[in-house]
Amino acid sequence: MKPVPALFIVDDNPADLGLAREALARCAYRGQISSAGDGVEAMAFLTRREKFADAVRPDLVILDLNLPKKDGLAVLAGMKAHPELRRIPVVIFSTSQLARDITRSYELGANCYISKPGNLNEFFSTIKAIEEFWFGPVKLPPRGE
Amino acid sequence: MNTDEVDILLVDDSQDDVDLTLHALRAEKLANHVFIARDGEEALDFLFCSGPHAQRSFDHPPKLVLLDLKMPKVDGLQVLKQIKADPRTRTIPVVLMTSSREERDMASGYDLGVNSYIQKPVDFSEFRKVVKLLGLYWLVTNRPPVNNGKSQTAGQGS
Repeated sequence: MKPVPALFIVDDNPADLGLAREALARCAYRGQISSAGDGVEAMAFLTRREKFADAVRPDLVILDLNLPKKDGLAVLAGMKAHPELRRIPVVIFSTSQLARDITRSYELGANCYISKPGNLNEFFSTIKAIEEFWFGPVKLPPRGE
Repeated sequence: MNTDEVDILLVDDSQDDVDLTLHALRAEKLANHVFIARDGEEALDFLFCSGPHAQRSFDHPPKLVLLDLKMPKVDGLQVLKQIKADPRTRTIPVVLMTSSREERDMASGYDLGVNSYIQKPVDFSEFRKVVKLLGLYWLVTNRPPVNNGKSQTAGQGS
């Protein structure tokens, strides 16, 4: 049986994180969800530094752009330049509608760019769409341990 | 067909798979602007505005390239490599769709920057379900790149 993929969500807004977890719980998703609230913590988790030495390597990352300490684009660039992280698909999940943020994300190797809806129902259906696509027909890259 | 308004560039040498894909997209009303290329060479001409597509402009990329892996002339990985190596085309989302079960092909796909990698289901109804899901995800949920940064607005909000 296919192992359940692990998910890592980077978002500085605890309310959005809570909603995403709630939305995923309503889907059939039963995998492990880890999270980080800023870009520095996200990179420490992904590269298993210090307190994150035993961190689970995620199969998919959902990444907000406006983050404290180190923004989402810097995290994305760091991941795509890292030999063990560069294959992990990154879903940018941001309220930014700026053409420059969208284009820059793709240039840096984001796998897709999803607008974070302000409306609760749309937020839930968007998380569901992400879950259904990436944990459905997509073949995720093998987890580099 | 106006090739400036292509939503999906479908690249597949199998007529059956093209028919099935179009059928599934049509059921979701997502098939109005699909351009079909029969092999990798034709796909590259379309994307790089060369040969029979010399009149096209890089300002109007498709929202999605749906790419078969095994094709005559230029195969899917070669097409992917060229798209992702060129700043004029590398922001275009590319989904590889293949019947290959080779782990190596998948790993190469992700290494070359594929946006997602999908195994073609053998079963007809499963195939339709997958095409529906990916059509909705990439054309409705996803925000496509904005004309390589040349456009003034990001379009409508979601």
